[in-house]
Amino acid sequence: MDSFVTQKLGRPVGLAAMIFSWGLVALLSTALFSFAFSQLHYGWNWEAIWQYRNKFLQGWLMTLAISAASLLVSLIIGLLAALARRSAFLPVRYSAVLYVEIVRGTPLLVQILILFYVVANAFGMENRYLVGVLALSLFAGAYLAEMIRSGIESIRDSQLESARAIGLTRGQTYHYVIFPQLVRQLAPPLTGQFASIIKDSSLLSIIAVSEFTLNAQEVNAFTYSTLESYLPLALGYLLLTLPISLLSRVMERRFHFAT
Amino acid sequence: MRLEFGAISKQFGNHQALCDVSLSVPEFQSLAIIGPSGGGKTTLLRIIAGLEIPESGHLSIDGQRVNFSEEFLLSHRRSIGTVFQAYNLFPHLTARENVILPLVKVHGRSTDEAHAVVEALFERFELSRHADQRPAELSGGQQQRVAIVRAIAIKPRFLIFDEPTSALDPEMTAEVLDFIAELRGEGRDLIIVTHNMGFAREVSDHCLFIAEGHVLEEGRSAELFSKPQHPQLVNFLAKVLRY
Ligand SMILES: Nc1ncnc2c1ncn2[C@@H]1O[C@H](COP(=O)(O)OP(=O)(O)OP(=O)(O)O)[C@@H](O)[C@H]1O
Ligand SMILES: [Mg+2]
Repeated sequence: MDSFVTQKLGRPVGLAAMIFSWGLVALLSTALFSFAFSQLHYGWNWEAIWQYRNKFLQGWLMTLAISAASLLVSLIIGLLAALARRSAFLPVRYSAVLYVEIVRGTPLLVQILILFYVVANAFGMENRYLVGVLALSLFAGAYLAEMIRSGIESIRDSQLESARAIGLTRGQTYHYVIFPQLVRQLAPPLTGQFASIIKDSSLLSIIAVSEFTLNAQEVNAFTYSTLESYLPLALGYLLLTLPISLLSRVMERRFHFAT
Repeated sequence: MRLEFGAISKQFGNHQALCDVSLSVPEFQSLAIIGPSGGGKTTLLRIIAGLEIPESGHLSIDGQRVNFSEEFLLSHRRSIGTVFQAYNLFPHLTARENVILPLVKVHGRSTDEAHAVVEALFERFELSRHADQRPAELSGGQQQRVAIVRAIAIKPRFLIFDEPTSALDPEMTAEVLDFIAELRGEGRDLIIVTHNMGFAREVSDHCLFIAEGHVLEEGRSAELFSKPQHPQLVNFLAKVLRY
């Protein structure tokens, strides 16, 4: 029994103990869900769903595309906001503060609605996919800005002094000193952010972006098979987020070094 | 080497760190700068190293005028080996990579050449075992020795040390001071700020005493330490030598 207890978090775990423990967890959760579903008295109708398999696939791919695009744009926004937040010119700095605080202080759903019905409307942006990507990017960008800012600030002034003393130019200092440390620091939270974007993108169904969630809702409306529509939905999201979460942990271990 | 300061002044906010320092330091191989805390030692050293620009005045090194434009200072800094109190090394690079970075990226050596240089220096200064460790895995003394190796690897015109042992415990202090004494023994030119009077006396042939932004006394170390003239220096030496 002792080998199933780790005294301290972070200690290496024996392979046998790990496999057995995971097996136990899988068994228990399967038993729980089997019981729940067996009590359901539900007439499963998977054939109806199977006809719509392409709609699921398209929605899933759309979610992936929207999330990837949003990650990229949010990185750019986050980087700009982080630099603006460090600007010596106060109006620029305060704009960044305002942006970060407003975005982090309001629900994403509200932001999507306002962006779509007010801002996009005013500026004549008609493509709801673009508005969707923009909404997700602005949302994630605010969180990234804070991560990037604290990443930059964690690099001590003494390192910039050393870089100057050995004769690196400003560009070289960014290239060889600041940037590699930022990437190492940001890689794990960035992958976490990507997983969040994927889940958050389901909210875009509210402005009729045909992503994974909206398509599942539509299939449900056509077939009246609620569970058969939403179970693949959950599975589809896990299929994206689980590998990302694993990757993030691997990177955390790989890139970890004390300063 | 020789140094010549002409009315050098440096101000931080409304605090005058150096006031009109004018001085010609005759030929020396090793210069020690001593004085009370806040006196301006680091400021003077940073001006020599090309890391700080004075408000007024001029500086000549070996008869060559230092031009305080960013462009000139970059190449000036590249020709000098500077070692600070602590945290000289980049934490994401191993000891070896820390030394190789300036060799390759600043001085244009090939990677193979740089590796050979590092190999030889690490071998000589007994750091080979630590070549692939990151700074956090090294003791303070080892970190400083790697920093010194990085400084000498580029074949600098001279070396600059600002209290290189003040963050170390006594045992590691000895290890680093021995290293610096060895470099001096090889005939390298160096300028060092130190609070360790015994070491300053032993390693330097010329000495400056700086307090409140003024050079109050300068001379051959043998004389300056045995027959201090300025009352503030007498006082200072009596104080630091008491313990
Ligand atoms: N970057 C700076 N900004 C503001 N004041 C500074 C700065 N650098 C130095 N000073 C001030 O200038 C004066 C001289 O500082 P300096 O670091 O040259 O002294 P020091 O002789 O090296 O002292 P210590 O022995 O404590 O290192 C001090 O009063 C210090 O507070
Ligand atoms: Mg100092």
